Amino acid sequence: MTKNGFLLEAAGIYKSYRMGATEVKVLKGVDLAVAKGEFVAIVGASGSGKSTLLHILGGLDKPDKGTVAFQGRNLGGFSSRELSQFRNKAVGFVFQFYHLLDELTVLENIFLPAMISRSTVGWLVSRKATKSRAAELLVQLGLLDRARHKPYQLSGGERQRVAIGRAMMNEPTLLLADEPTGNLDSATGNGILDVFTKLNKSGQTIVMVTHDERIARRAGRIIELADGKIKT
Amino acid sequence: MYKFALAAKYMVKRRIAYFAVLAVALCVFIVVIVMTVMVGLVRDFKQKNHDFVGDCVVATESLVGFSYYEDFIKVLESAGFVSAVSPVIKSYALISLQDTDEADVGVEMMGVDPLRHDRVAGFSRTLSYRAGDVSRAFEPIYDPNLAGCILGIDLALRRNARSRYFYDPSPPRVAFSVSCFPLTVTGALAKAGTSIVNTQTFYYSDHSHTGLARVDGSTIYLPFERAQLLCGMNEPAKRASAINIRFAPGVKLDAGCENVAAMWRKFKLEKAGQEYANLLDTVTVQSWKAYRRESIAPMEKEQTIISVMFAFVGITTVFIVFVVFYMIISHKSKDIGILKSAGASNAGIVGLFSQFALFVGLLGSCTGTLAGCLFLGNINRMENWLFERFGFQLWDRTIYAIGDIPNQVDFGVLAIIMCSALLACLVGALIPTLQAARLRPADILRVSQL
Repeated sequence: MTKNGFLLEAAGIYKSYRMGATEVKVLKGVDLAVAKGEFVAIVGASGSGKSTLLHILGGLDKPDKGTVAFQGRNLGGFSSRELSQFRNKAVGFVFQFYHLLDELTVLENIFLPAMISRSTVGWLVSRKATKSRAAELLVQLGLLDRARHKPYQLSGGERQRVAIGRAMMNEPTLLLADEPTGNLDSATGNGILDVFTKLNKSGQTIVMVTHDERIARRAGRIIELADGKIKT
Repeated sequence: MYKFALAAKYMVKRRIAYFAVLAVALCVFIVVIVMTVMVGLVRDFKQKNHDFVGDCVVATESLVGFSYYEDFIKVLESAGFVSAVSPVIKSYALISLQDTDEADVGVEMMGVDPLRHDRVAGFSRTLSYRAGDVSRAFEPIYDPNLAGCILGIDLALRRNARSRYFYDPSPPRVAFSVSCFPLTVTGALAKAGTSIVNTQTFYYSDHSHTGLARVDGSTIYLPFERAQLLCGMNEPAKRASAINIRFAPGVKLDAGCENVAAMWRKFKLEKAGQEYANLLDTVTVQSWKAYRRESIAPMEKEQTIISVMFAFVGITTVFIVFVVFYMIISHKSKDIGILKSAGASNAGIVGLFSQFALFVGLLGSCTGTLAGCLFLGNINRMENWLFERFGFQLWDRTIYAIGDIPNQVDFGVLAIIMCSALLACLVGALIPTLQAARLRPADILRVSQL
């Protein structure tokens, strides 16, 4: 935890991109804090910098200025190896377009983070337990009968549930979701939000990015991002 | 672990990887065949040259020869590291078939003691009719009392359409006139003003098949003393052109030759001041490799040129693998983003695609090697079939003195080729792999979403 008791704390985050000759300032001093067990939704119009902020919070990107502290440790001070371990163990990502690996089955996609975190020997030793954990997640997500299917054989909702399973595989402290229902119809999207609500009720900290306020209302707290800043 | 599993999946699922495998396999296939045949030819050729002259040669290029050779042979025979020595007369002669109108043929003449020469150069192995009794090599089977001579096989026998020799079950009775210009110790014509040449009649007793096209096509062998007489090397001092030496088993070539050279230097000092000592000045001591370098060097150069050419084939393979991997990784950038978001490190991404490259290399080189070995195993059968059907031969046997195409796979060469193929794949995949590792997940995933 940070000294203020927050799990995640971002302070003065700036980020800009260069598009040809133009510099686009996406984030202009974002301050944000998330407590453990919170379900936070970040809403904002398209291009407001929501995804960029989420990537920075999850260590996928680095801010031009500002700090992100996770459990009191500044991500900016992490080595490349520590950052990889952070993404593997502490954070789980759910993306709008699911981002599953086409070559792997549903089960393999789910236990991928566990495979990444283990050496060959470690994997051979823990293989059974890992597969059992992945199967358990499949049961929770209602996908057990899809274990051997490939992503292209699944519906959008099923794919997103697989992505949630993958994100939860290493029991991360923080779940980051980037427009998790953005590619789904309303009913399926609600199903995914139900999963998030259930996870949050069991103590999972979630930060979700969405442009849809109706969806954001399912979260415990809503933060609005506009013009690169948090709207108070 | 994910690296191995994913690399294996990419290998199986990505059809483009099969093109890389095919490129590697084809390259390995060609290199295995060419290097095996070429290395076999060179090895075979060197061995034949080695067999032809023994380990070391004390020789002069002068047609006058050198004197005191018998004394030096005694010195050599007393040395423990020498197993056998054979004095040799070398000169040029004209031969003509008696009772025919055929024109004279210029040949190289070698005078040898068949038994001694057999101990040094395995002379009996090259013979046909007297192979089992080399001491009687110059005694024609049809009349042992006649003066016999041995012809290089290409002088003696004709070849069939497939360039194989027509062998007679016994040597035909054929007489040759052998003419030679005898020289004095100063190199002048010994018989100037008279008939100039020495001519003797010899009867065909056997043929010699050394496997060296130039030797077999231009050399006749005569008994040592008769050759000495023909060349005028019998007086006033007995002379020889060379002493061929075979070392005792276990003696290293360079060390043996160095010892002989030292002995020769000492011998020359001892003979200094004697009447014909000046003839020793042109004598050199050389290993068989140095002595036959004029024959061996072009072949080795050919092998080097082919190796260089195949290095270019290797570079082409590296480029093909590079292109294929560039395409694969371009298509897999989303996967790299996903893997990094799930905790894969840069080193992990490098490892993943390096393993993929290794799979490509391993599969390609194994396939190429297997196909190459299969091809080599049947290369002679295929050549025979091609010859029977289309009259096509890879090597004209009248030029290349080879029986079968060498097809014995050298496992050392094979290992080098396979390792080079694996290395080529790793090098080819290196730049795209490093580029992949450097990709920032946020950039990939953001772009993917657009």
